[in-house]
Amino acid sequence: MKDEVVVSDLNAYFGNVRALTNINIAIKEKMATAIIGPSGCGKSTFIRCINRLHELVTNAKVSGKVLLGGSDIYSSEVDPIQIRRKVGMVFQRPNPFPALSIYDNVAAGLKLNGIKTKDHIDDIVEQSLKMSTLWDEVKDKLNVSGVSLSGGQQQRLCIARALAVKPEIILFDEPCSALDPISTAKIEELIFKLKQNYTIIIVTHNMQQAARVSDDTAFFLMGELIEFGKTQDIFTAPKDKKTEAYITGRFG
Amino acid sequence: MTTYKKRKIIDKTMCSIAFLCAFLTLVPLISIFGYVISKGITSINLDFFIHLPRPVGEPGGGMSNAIAGSFILIGLSCLWAVPVGILGGVFLSEFGNNKIGATVRFIVDVLNGVPSIVIGIFAYTLFVLPMKSFSAISGAFALGVIMIPTIMRTSEEMLRMVPGTLREAALALGISQFRTTISIVLKTALPGVVTGILLAVARIAGETAPLLFTAFGNRFWHQNLNQPIAALPLQIFAYAISPFDDWHRQAWAGAFVLIVMVFLISLISRFALRRKI
Repeated sequence: MKDEVVVSDLNAYFGNVRALTNINIAIKEKMATAIIGPSGCGKSTFIRCINRLHELVTNAKVSGKVLLGGSDIYSSEVDPIQIRRKVGMVFQRPNPFPALSIYDNVAAGLKLNGIKTKDHIDDIVEQSLKMSTLWDEVKDKLNVSGVSLSGGQQQRLCIARALAVKPEIILFDEPCSALDPISTAKIEELIFKLKQNYTIIIVTHNMQQAARVSDDTAFFLMGELIEFGKTQDIFTAPKDKKTEAYITGRFG
Repeated sequence: MTTYKKRKIIDKTMCSIAFLCAFLTLVPLISIFGYVISKGITSINLDFFIHLPRPVGEPGGGMSNAIAGSFILIGLSCLWAVPVGILGGVFLSEFGNNKIGATVRFIVDVLNGVPSIVIGIFAYTLFVLPMKSFSAISGAFALGVIMIPTIMRTSEEMLRMVPGTLREAALALGISQFRTTISIVLKTALPGVVTGILLAVARIAGETAPLLFTAFGNRFWHQNLNQPIAALPLQIFAYAISPFDDWHRQAWAGAFVLIVMVFLISLISRFALRRKI
């Protein structure tokens, strides 16, 4: 397996507070990598450095390198907009655009980037909704507002919206933390399916979830990467004492 | 037990006082409404809407030119005040968390408190003096200056209510900051922004002072925008201070039309606000 995202000496700051310290990690192509760790350990900050969303926070800074398919996304000639089209993101709480219909929510990334061919957009909307297993539930009401759906459906709509711009990598920031167990199961199934075609990075608080969906797992603590390896190894034979303490539930 | 009783009595008293105060504020509003309606409705007829004012001494006639003039003035004011107000609101909410934003906010709030007649003098020196003529344009400028603070601050408030996660979601799709602001954030806040515009329109619809030496008034159909133009509040003012009974009657009719206009605008804005995000 090829390395898709190679991070070297990554530091991230909020003003003077360092949120990430010297992160070095290589994430494999078309695999699901879980990021686990207690609250405030920098998991979300880490994935937000991969689509250059972190720098939008006032006074936020990043140093170090993030290579995407071999080229550094933080080099000065790179347009963050191009990076964000390659790296999709699904957020903690479902956040469909309330002013837009289901159809337009999925089409937003295309329409607002200047694609106008209606047939082409129609195709992509249908494909994306089918991929996110929402098509059958919404195909007769594509013109209703996206917020009229249930929480789980909204989250799958957000996944469809991310898929529509044809990313290579999809970041999930605790995608199930606001959902009920049945919706959670559906999303997990979906992630399992998506990793055949996409590189998945998923932040989760739920260790069973990490164990179920991911191939590799990284354990973060206080802004540092403590351990990274095969999910199976991390959960059955962790090398680091702190990892062991966390996964056995002694803190966090 | 006694303290409980005492507390209950105080509670009842305070509650009654609060109710009384709330009721008192309704008294002037309802009496104005009642008086204008009773006086106005008897004076209003079809002629009022379709005829020009008649010369002094001749009975009948209407205020068709003033009604049209008011609409033209409101339209012209919106034409420049709405874009300026909304874009200013976008600046304050999206890029205004700094010293510049705070300064702009302060100045806009001060502008909101400037008496409208002062704004009229300002428009007079800026437009009427150089153009050597009273004009619709100078009137629309004065009214627009009055509208901007309301539109700007309500737009800002409404845009701020759009959750940050929506901005992030749009940016994460590779949508540019500009399209995110216009097509996602502003679109989400649109019902509230429209309410702000309608409130500003309701406010200027009845403004008289700034029009006295800008739009000036006109007894005929206006010729073009560089010329004086009639407006409902001006016509009411002119007729109300005249010594003729028939003109007083028409002033009441004008007041009635004006109050119904403002009432309808407020009603529409309420309706627009209800289907907010």
